[in-house]
Amino acid sequence: MNLILSVAKRELSVFFDSLIAYVMLLGFLGFSGFFTWLYGNDIFLVGQANLKTFFTISSWTLFFFIPAITMKMIAEEKKSGTLELILTKSISDRQFIIGKFLGAVSLVLVALVATFPYVITLSLIGDLDNGGTICGYFGLFLMTIAYAAIGIFSSSLTNNQIVAFMLSLVICLFFHIIFDVLAANSTGIISWLFETLSLQTHFDSISRGVIDSRDLVYFISITILGLFSAELSLSKSHS
Amino acid sequence: MTVEISNLTKTFDGQKVLNDISFSVKQGEIVGFLGPNGAGKSTTMKLVTGFLNLESGNISINGNSISKYPDLIKNKIGYLPEHNPLYLDMRVTDYLNYCGSLQKMSSSEIINRTKEMIKVCGLNKEKHKFIGELSKGYRQRVGIAQAMIHDPEILILDEPTTGLDPNQIIEIRKLIKSLGKEKTVILSTHILPEVEATCDRILIINNGEIVADGTAEDLKSAATAQETIKLRIDCDEIKEVENLISKITGVLTVDIRNEETGEILVKSSSNLNITKSIFELCVKNQWILHEMTPNQTKLEDIFRNLTLN
Repeated sequence: MNLILSVAKRELSVFFDSLIAYVMLLGFLGFSGFFTWLYGNDIFLVGQANLKTFFTISSWTLFFFIPAITMKMIAEEKKSGTLELILTKSISDRQFIIGKFLGAVSLVLVALVATFPYVITLSLIGDLDNGGTICGYFGLFLMTIAYAAIGIFSSSLTNNQIVAFMLSLVICLFFHIIFDVLAANSTGIISWLFETLSLQTHFDSISRGVIDSRDLVYFISITILGLFSAELSLSKSHS
Repeated sequence: MTVEISNLTKTFDGQKVLNDISFSVKQGEIVGFLGPNGAGKSTTMKLVTGFLNLESGNISINGNSISKYPDLIKNKIGYLPEHNPLYLDMRVTDYLNYCGSLQKMSSSEIINRTKEMIKVCGLNKEKHKFIGELSKGYRQRVGIAQAMIHDPEILILDEPTTGLDPNQIIEIRKLIKSLGKEKTVILSTHILPEVEATCDRILIINNGEIVADGTAEDLKSAATAQETIKLRIDCDEIKEVENLISKITGVLTVDIRNEETGEILVKSSSNLNITKSIFELCVKNQWILHEMTPNQTKLEDIFRNLTLN
């Protein structure tokens, strides 16, 4: 466990030592804030004290930001050779992957925590739907772990960060929207299958305030599958 | 700790990189690993450190097989990979702390060892800098420091002195020498004098096979069947000198290199000591002997002979 935390801690401190974390936080807060408070279907236009708009916007912002966070995590270590150095220390491939994963997830969590002022503001000016808000954040968290796992898997496949970024974006795109579109354009069992695969379906149902065990199983399965594939591809790269 | 390597074979994409290699390294021994590029030095090191998986054969440390107890063994090994990869975006102290924590050290141990390593490797002025800001020599020191952070019993160093200036090279060699008294050290290098200066034993590897194994002296005496002596004799009749020397028993060839300076190369069978006969000859004929140097076979020659196909 200590080994995992060491890796996660290093990832976080490197993010905050460089500009990446600040650019990412600024971008995330800027986008989500702009569309939640100022533009389009913003809160004042809708006139309801809920953060539905914020959760939709955030799901899109994270869809771009998470691959950007994870792209270098393993690809860069492969390229610079530090992977060899680290994996010859007393850490297993699995611990290394989980550490990287925790590092990426914690950075996103910092970004999510930074949006708590929105919640406070909203609860001061209206009667906030507490359950909906908690579920919304929980939905974003589940989406984060799923996408972070996919991102780390993509990063483990290559030693080029750009390739890793594009790859995870493409994979995430399927879960984020393509399965949804395919489900809408087909019927019967195929439609059901695509709908089950679509992350949007599960995300919507959670952010509506219903935590169904099927949704939980869905997100957790993607996460575990992603991390497991990453571990496999990592151990294959140094067999 | 004794490192025992037996019948190691490794193939990459159908190409045999290591072919049935066996050797062992005892505690307190510094073994120099020599070989041309692509001979399999780094591959062997990667296998011993557990980065690459064993294909066939076995590596055991104090009788424990690396495939059975990988974690136990990784903890005993300090490794400096080729090209010395480092996190350029970390500060020196943070990096050493991180490496220590990955070796399951306690936090108080980490603090003490980091301080010690910074002192031993002469990094005190640079300890708060980012590794990316350091010059190559200092980066190499950081690499050596991280390899030794957990006080490992086995040190595996892949070209430890590349990129260092002559003073640093001597310091690092001294360091390796002193470490080698109680630890097991395997180092690879291209610099042949370095092996002679630091290593107790030399292994030469070529095309995935071990072609020589022994001390520098062993290898030299095995390689030399004949001895060469360089002479410089001041005498009017150089032809006469050539004639008389060639009559000494054991002399194979006499070759005048330069008539004006009187430079002569004499080849003889190595077991006969002909220097005495040459000296006596000079005294008898009243030639002035300016120089008499036995030309030792260099490690370079042995290396070339063994690895040039």
